Order: sequence, then C-alpha cells, then structure tokens
Amino acid sequence: MSTRSTGAQQAMTGNRTGLQTSPELAEELIDGANNSTPSSDGGAEDIAEYRGDYIVEGFPIGSMPTMPASEEAEADEEATGMAVLLDKLSERLAFERTGTRLYEALLNKCEMLGVQTPGPTLDEIAHIGSEELEHFLMINRAIEEIGGDPTVQSPCADMAGVASMGIMQVLTDPRSSMAQCLQAMLMAELTDNAGWELLIKLADNLGYDEMKTEFETALSHEEEHLLQVRTWLSECVLDSAQV
Amino acid sequence: MTLDIFKEKGTPLDKQLFTWREMVQAPTSKLDDDAFTRVRIILMNGLESEALRFSHATARMMNGEMRLPLAKIRRVEQHQQTMVNWLLPADLSPLETTIAFEQVAIEVTASVALREPNDYLAQVYRFGLLEDFDHLYRFSALMDRVMGADANNIIQNYSDIMPGRPTMVEHRAPEDDLRNYYVSADADPLTKLHAITITASENQTHDYYMTIGPMFADPIARQLYAEIASIEEQHVTQYESMIDPNESPLEKWLLHEAMEVYNYYGCMEYETNPRIKQIWERFCDYELGHLQMVMELFKQIENRDPAEILPQTLPEPIDYQSHRQFVRETLTNEVDLRAAGTQFINKDDEAEQAPLSIAYRDQMNSEGSPSEIVAAGYTWMPGTELVEKKSAFSKGASA
Repeated sequence: MSTRSTGAQQAMTGNRTGLQTSPELAEELIDGANNSTPSSDGGAEDIAEYRGDYIVEGFPIGSMPTMPASEEAEADEEATGMAVLLDKLSERLAFERTGTRLYEALLNKCEMLGVQTPGPTLDEIAHIGSEELEHFLMINRAIEEIGGDPTVQSPCADMAGVASMGIMQVLTDPRSSMAQCLQAMLMAELTDNAGWELLIKLADNLGYDEMKTEFETALSHEEEHLLQVRTWLSECVLDSAQV
Repeated sequence: MTLDIFKEKGTPLDKQLFTWREMVQAPTSKLDDDAFTRVRIILMNGLESEALRFSHATARMMNGEMRLPLAKIRRVEQHQQTMVNWLLPADLSPLETTIAFEQVAIEVTASVALREPNDYLAQVYRFGLLEDFDHLYRFSALMDRVMGADANNIIQNYSDIMPGRPTMVEHRAPEDDLRNYYVSADADPLTKLHAITITASENQTHDYYMTIGPMFADPIARQLYAEIASIEEQHVTQYESMIDPNESPLEKWLLHEAMEVYNYYGCMEYETNPRIKQIWERFCDYELGHLQMVMELFKQIENRDPAEILPQTLPEPIDYQSHRQFVRETLTNEVDLRAAGTQFINKDDEAEQAPLSIAYRDQMNSEGSPSEIVAAGYTWMPGTELVEKKSAFSKGASA
C-alpha cells in the first residue's frame, strides 16, 4: 500500500508562527516574560566580549599551501601577491563550480514546475548554467597557468562555501517556489559580480593582463546573469501580487 | 606499547576538572590540520559517546552501589567528549564531516582488521570495511553532484574514493547480521579492545547520520542518509554481537576504561598537532584514573583480580596511516562476499543460503536505490566531475 501523499492533499492549516495565532496564549506568554527577572545584569554586548576572547587568540581558518622560499625581498612580495591571487581564484573557482550545480537545481525545478510566465525559460537557465561551467573551467586553467593547484580549497574558498550553504539549501528544497529560488540566486549573482570585479582589479594590479581580459569577459556574462535574475524575480513577485 | 596500566595511576577523579572556557577551545583547522588528526578526534568522540551510552545502560540495570561511581565517571566522560568533539571546526559542513566519518571507518577498521588475532573476527572487520568504503564513494558523489565540491579536500589523498560492496546489496535481514562472539576467558585482550572500539565508532556514525540527515533539503541527500544510516545500524548490530554477552557488567566497564586508555595513548603516539597532543595526554591520564577506580570496584564487588581480564601492558595502538594497499587487496578478494547467518558466503549462494536478506533487500529497494541514483555513472576525479564537463549544461552531455 502506497503511503505517498501530495502537497495538494495536505490540510491547509495556515501559518501558526505569529502571536495572532492564539491571542490568549500570547498574552499569557508576554505577561510571563514581563514579570520575570534576568539572572544576570548586562546586555547583548556581553556576548561580543566573550567572543572577542576567542578572536584575539588568533587561530586562522587555514592557510594557502606552502610556497617555495625565495631569497630576495622582491620575490617575497611577488609571492605574497601570488598567494592572495590564488586564494581569491580558488574562491571564484569554488563559487562557479557550486554555481553550476545551483543552476542545475534551478533547471530541475523549472522543468518539474513547468515554465512560468513571467519567469525564465529552460534555455535561459541552461545558457547561464553553461557559462558558469565555462567560468569554472577558465579559472581552473588560470590557476594552473600561474603554477597553482586548482584542487586546493583555499581559506577564502572555504569561507565562501560556508556563506553560500543556505543558497544550496533553498535551491535543492523541493518545496521552494521559483520566486524563492530566484531570490536565493540573486544573492549568489550579486556576490559573484562583486567577486569578479575584485578579481579583475587584483589581476590588473599584479600585472596579469591576459587574465584580466579573460575575467572582464566573464564579468560581462555575470552582469547579464544578474540583470536576468533580478528581472525574473521582480516580475514573478509583482505578478504574484497582481500589480 | 610500554604503558603499564597497573602501575600508572593517572589523574585522580577529584582532580579531573573543567571550565566551560577551557572545554571549548579553538577548533582544529579543516584546511591545515592533517586528516588523521580529524580521524582521531572523530574516533575519540565516538569512544566517549560509547562511554556515556554504556554507563547509562549499566546504571539502569545495576543495583544501588554502582550508581554513584558510574555517575561520577560519566560526568567527566561527558566533558571529555565535549572537549574532543568541539575540536571540529564550524566550517566543516555536515556532509564534509560525513566524509571524514567514513574515512575513520575505513582507516581505523583496516588497522584493526590487520592486527586482529582472531581470524574469524578479522574477517568480520574486513566485511564491514568494504561497506563503509562504498559509503565514502556514495557520499563523495553526493558532495560533487549536489554541492559542487571535492571530497578529497577532506580525505587529503589518504583513502581511495571508488565503489566497494555496493550499498544497495548491503541491506540484510537481522538473521544475517549477527556474528559469533569471542569467548572472554579465551580471547586475546586486543580482541576485546578492538570489538568495543569499532562498535563505538559505528554507533557514533549511526547516531550522527540520524541527527544530520533531516538537515539536508535535497531529497536524494535525505534518502541517502536514510539508507546509509540503516547500514550503520546493521554494523552496530554486527559488531556488538562479537562481544561476549557473558561478561559481567563490571568486567565490561573495566574493558571500556581500558579501551579508552588504549586509544588515547595511541592518539598521543601519533598526533602531529602539539596542542591536540596535549589534550590526548591529559585525557589518557584521566582514563588511567577511571581505570584505577573501576579496578578497585572490580576487586571489591566481584572479588576478582583485574589482571584476569587486562594485560600488563597495552597492545600496539591503532595505526593512523593510509591502508590503501590492504583495502584494495580486500576489495579484490572479498567484495563479492555476503552474509548467511554468522558466516560469509559468495554472492552466488545468497539466494539459497540467505533468502531472508534477499527478500528484505528487494522490499527496501523496490522504489529505487538512493545510493545507486546518486552515484549513477560516477567516477571521482580531482576537482569534481565538472572538470570533465559532466553537467546537464555541457554540450552533448546527458542532462
């Protein structure tokens, strides 16, 4: 016997998270809290002080792989710049790689829900996804060309992964709507655009002209992605509000 | 191993003190610490978790005089577990932690299988090893295909990422998950230490998957955790059944404490991070203190000599290094083994000799196999399969 049910069959009880769900219970709750006394003095700033104790210990998230030691100060400076560039390249690489998977999830969602108007077509999602994949491969090559290891997870790549975990959760949740997915993708695209801008500036300052030119092409793609996602989201939300 | 557990008194229980601040220290680095430091942290967390589990179960079945000493030692074990587990950093995601758990299961079980003096039990360990080995491959596929990340950033090249005994055929009826147990009076002490260690480690893995499985949004991730958590439950059933049920509760407690000393000592011997090594040294001393207390209880309550149970010096510790060649040989020779009752058979004989497992497996997989779906056509490669343009978006690729 199948125990499967569908969303449409679920009894719609409505959202129960707010005080107005049950005004009498809410009043009791508020009265109880108002008549209680904190066990200690102070405020939220006390947490910052406690956290600060750990910050000053100075343990880092991690480091870049050890670079060969150089003999001259000039070479050291170059190595420092290179390490920062590789760290940020690794971050972009991880972001574009995950971005490819995010757009795969978005494509999957769109296929299953059916193309909605307003909203992206399957071809439009596939176009952006393929560019994310190309960007990932391009950074992979760029890292190799300057002697780096593209399989390294750098500290910035790691932190970017932590920061974007929620986006993946939204995109892969079968219950999330197209508009909710687009809202999450807007976060990704805004960050991605800023990331490419910074990378171009870094490559330029370090004298990687060819890399800079390639990255400018990638940024022009990303600007299109951002515009599209922003437009789809805006149209979806306004349409759902019937305005 | 030269540690004389009868002479070394360790830290007395009343000196085993903590504060919240020193219990919660700076965690290790996911990126810079050696993968085996993480392996040791996860293993020791599992052993402390077992200490609490065993202690509670015992307290519920014992008479009054055991309750207080159990509670006293249990309180310290709770804080030891916290201090150890909190060494894992927040940037180690639940899926990355899962990858690390499977590495523990592979490398620690491989070391145990190689050193186990009982041939039958060594076979049991090799049997379980090939199943956890497969789990690493399935979770790596999930990480690549859903998260767009590379499991080798966690594995650090030490362990292979490729299919083992396919998870979908690991589902067995309970009748085929129980093993013969060692007989305490005849068994080598190392056999007992191994059995408790691996049971504890697998139990922790099961509990972890049961906790984090619902945190994933993706239905394939939720199903994969459901499926592999079920195998981990089978593994706990298998490994705990190796332990002689005729040991008295105090004898079991004595062995648990000895097992903790043995493993903290092993961690001390191998640890490469000096800050973490200090924690292993401190807790080895704490466990020696616990062991002394339980030895006294054993003498008083059971009127028996702990030397009947424990060796003078502890055996060689678990070998924290890559066991690639051993695992590959085991894979080549034993991947087609299946279980029938307490024995191991070739898969060709399973229909005849283990029909209950076949029926159970067919039922569980009848609406699809998450472990097969997630890794359909998957081969791990450096930097994820997207390096080879294996995506719905690459021209000519299957979506």
